[in-house]
Amino acid sequence: MGYLDRTVRSFLLAELVAGMGATLRAFFKPKVTINYPYEKGPLSPRFRGEHALRRYPNGEERCIACKLCEATCPAEAITIESEPRDDGSRRTTRYDIDMTKCIYCGLCEEACPVDAIVEGPNYEFATETREELMYNKDKLLANGDRWESVLARRLELDAPYR
Amino acid sequence: MVKVTVDGIVVDVPNGSSALQACEAAGKEIPRFCFHERLSVAGNCRMCLVQVVRAPKPVASCGFPVAEGMEILTDTEIVRKARRAVMEFLLINHPLDCPICDQGGECDLQDQAFGYGADHSRYQEAKRAVKDKYLGPLVKTVMTRCIQCTRCIRFATEIAGVPELGAVSRGENMEVTNYVEKALTSELSGNLIDICPVGALTSKPYAFTARPWELKRTDSIDVSDAVGTNISLHVRGSAVLRAVPRVNDAVNEEWLADKGRFSVDGLKHRRLDRPWVRVHGKLQAVSWQDAFVAIGRRLDGVPGDRIGAIAGDLCDAESMLALKDLMTALGSPNIDCRQDGADYDLSHRAYYTFGTTIAGIEDADALLIVGSIPRQEAPVLNARIRKRFLAAGRGGFPIGLIGAPTADPTYKAELLGEGPEVLAALRDGMHPFAEVLKAAKKPMIIVGHGALTRPDARAILASAWALAAETGAIGAGWNGFNVLHRAASRVAGLDMGLVPGKGGRSAAGMMSGGVDVLWLLGADEFHTAQIGPDTFVIYQGHHGDAAAARADVILPGATYAEKSGTYVNTEGRVQRSFRAVMPPGEAREDWRILRAFSEVVGHTLPYDTVEMLRERLATVNPVFRVIGGLDAVDASALPGPTGGGAVSSAPFRPVFDDYYQTDPICRASPTMGECSRIYVHPRTVAAE
Repeated sequence: MGYLDRTVRSFLLAELVAGMGATLRAFFKPKVTINYPYEKGPLSPRFRGEHALRRYPNGEERCIACKLCEATCPAEAITIESEPRDDGSRRTTRYDIDMTKCIYCGLCEEACPVDAIVEGPNYEFATETREELMYNKDKLLANGDRWESVLARRLELDAPYR
Repeated sequence: MVKVTVDGIVVDVPNGSSALQACEAAGKEIPRFCFHERLSVAGNCRMCLVQVVRAPKPVASCGFPVAEGMEILTDTEIVRKARRAVMEFLLINHPLDCPICDQGGECDLQDQAFGYGADHSRYQEAKRAVKDKYLGPLVKTVMTRCIQCTRCIRFATEIAGVPELGAVSRGENMEVTNYVEKALTSELSGNLIDICPVGALTSKPYAFTARPWELKRTDSIDVSDAVGTNISLHVRGSAVLRAVPRVNDAVNEEWLADKGRFSVDGLKHRRLDRPWVRVHGKLQAVSWQDAFVAIGRRLDGVPGDRIGAIAGDLCDAESMLALKDLMTALGSPNIDCRQDGADYDLSHRAYYTFGTTIAGIEDADALLIVGSIPRQEAPVLNARIRKRFLAAGRGGFPIGLIGAPTADPTYKAELLGEGPEVLAALRDGMHPFAEVLKAAKKPMIIVGHGALTRPDARAILASAWALAAETGAIGAGWNGFNVLHRAASRVAGLDMGLVPGKGGRSAAGMMSGGVDVLWLLGADEFHTAQIGPDTFVIYQGHHGDAAAARADVILPGATYAEKSGTYVNTEGRVQRSFRAVMPPGEAREDWRILRAFSEVVGHTLPYDTVEMLRERLATVNPVFRVIGGLDAVDASALPGPTGGGAVSSAPFRPVFDDYYQTDPICRASPTMGECSRIYVHPRTVAAE
């Protein structure tokens, strides 16, 4: 009986029909893949991507050189040097992040008392050379300027859970 | 002694102790802000509240004297609640600006708020804001952070002896102020930074530079004066960022003079970082080998007695001994560590050291200062004199001064005269102060370099010793004869005999054409014009100061921060420092340079490691074997320094006019330059 059953099934291409059926069902389902470079998946407001240094709305940089991010960084990727600015306020003269050392844990963001250093939504910052991944203050501030609207929105969304 | 029970632990404490001391004796930590061991008790922060059984309410332990059978409780609910409440009150007006505060990470308020405070604030109203005060170029103020513990006021009044700080208004409106906008006139003002428990008083040159957790700490010795203040150098990367004092009750207690503290920024300016040789009148950068060959070529055929060497004021004992051994090997008796032309009797150590010891000042009951301004030459030692002066009470510690009349010495001192003739008058009993010295049980005499850098130095020294012997200052168990040095290297140099040998020339003799080749080991404190035009000058040192400009060959050496060195302070206490950073560029430790050079000229010095050199140091003089300690010297049987001669009547002159510009390091320091501008030449500042 078993022999007959298998023979009939193979002659009627039952597996093939079942397979085509699955394909046909999937054909009418919503698709899960995206057309990556042109389409992107959703990101949590807590996603920890490329770093940025933010500014206040009046253009003043937020970072006050308290060095808590440098102290808390488990990978020791952050280097800060500071001195009094001409107006007497405490500012960094150097704010470097070695992105090849960074483990994207987000502790710098947690430590920052003024929300200056943040990890933004950008994960597309691959480079062709290592040197380009040694970020300095200008690069980080430029990142902040570019992403500010998104960064502010993310912080706002996440605020109730902090 | 009284028996006190602290949390069930029975301790014996001396009569008159405070409850806080009893708690510490029992090993209980009591939080405090206003209380400081070396200052008077103010009792105004209330953080040290403890419970005393049968007392109606918690008491401030710092000002509460113990009594027999007292029971103190330090860890009850009442105490915990009281501390939390006090902390909440302190934090009402203290700004929460820790991230931009330089005290962050080493702040008493931060630590104690963490340990004893509440976890949140209930205060919703506006906070107090206070205008910042100007305290000069060294101390930065953020007075809003002040918690009014009054430590700074008490320090300035009691220790520094400049009652320029005070408090105005009361309650919430109380402000610590210096009344007029004027820089604090103290050589100890940097200690205000250490003593402030919060970030109200911080270091101006160090402002916003680093955090305490980034710094590597290395024990060192301050070389800006001869006190041998124990310091700790705080280093990040290759830069010394600040110097802070270490506690050593025998030397500096916990104070540090401003020059030692703030001249560290001179360590990275105007440094010599590679060898130079003068070719056709112009200095050219060369390699070590070429520099050595150039010297070797010049030395070729020069007889030993035409070669000379002078060691400067900041040298460590190791390099000075290497220099001495090199000169001996070259057959030269011309060596000197006394570039200022001072003269001593080296036949016994008691004739050129501070015999009373610095801690011993606290036992003295009369003081005569001859040709010295301790406030400038040794500010930390001066604080000890003032401490004794205050402890003795009115008239308990009479102080006589022979020398140039100075501005406030910070204690009441009677100016007896300006010249050495007063010494003779004191010995004859013609001067009323002679009675004071005779009546004293433990009188002491300090002879400074105002008296020792004159042609009649030996006669003055002998006369001062005789006066000390006649007034009972030198006896069994008490040595009241003191020489106050001003150069950190001097006593070590004298201990190893770095003075002209038989037929040798002194520093002045060498400079005025007495030698053809002159080796200067960090010697800068003279006019280079004194050196003859035909003299070949080798300058081995760390800063491009005056002597380097005159040099024919420059060998870059290391500063005190860049080598492990042995220093002997004015008491004769041997102390050791450690290397905090590496010398810049091609600069090397000084003894290694001399050792390497000795090989080039074929007189290889017999040591390859610093340990071997130190062993040699201990054979030259056994005092170098004991680090940190000091044996009491019984001077009663000594005949006294020899060398009579006529005493001139010229008045004593101050050793230097500008406290802030006395060595190559502080002349290279921008901070010290600023201090000199503001404190020593205020007229130019006013003109601007």
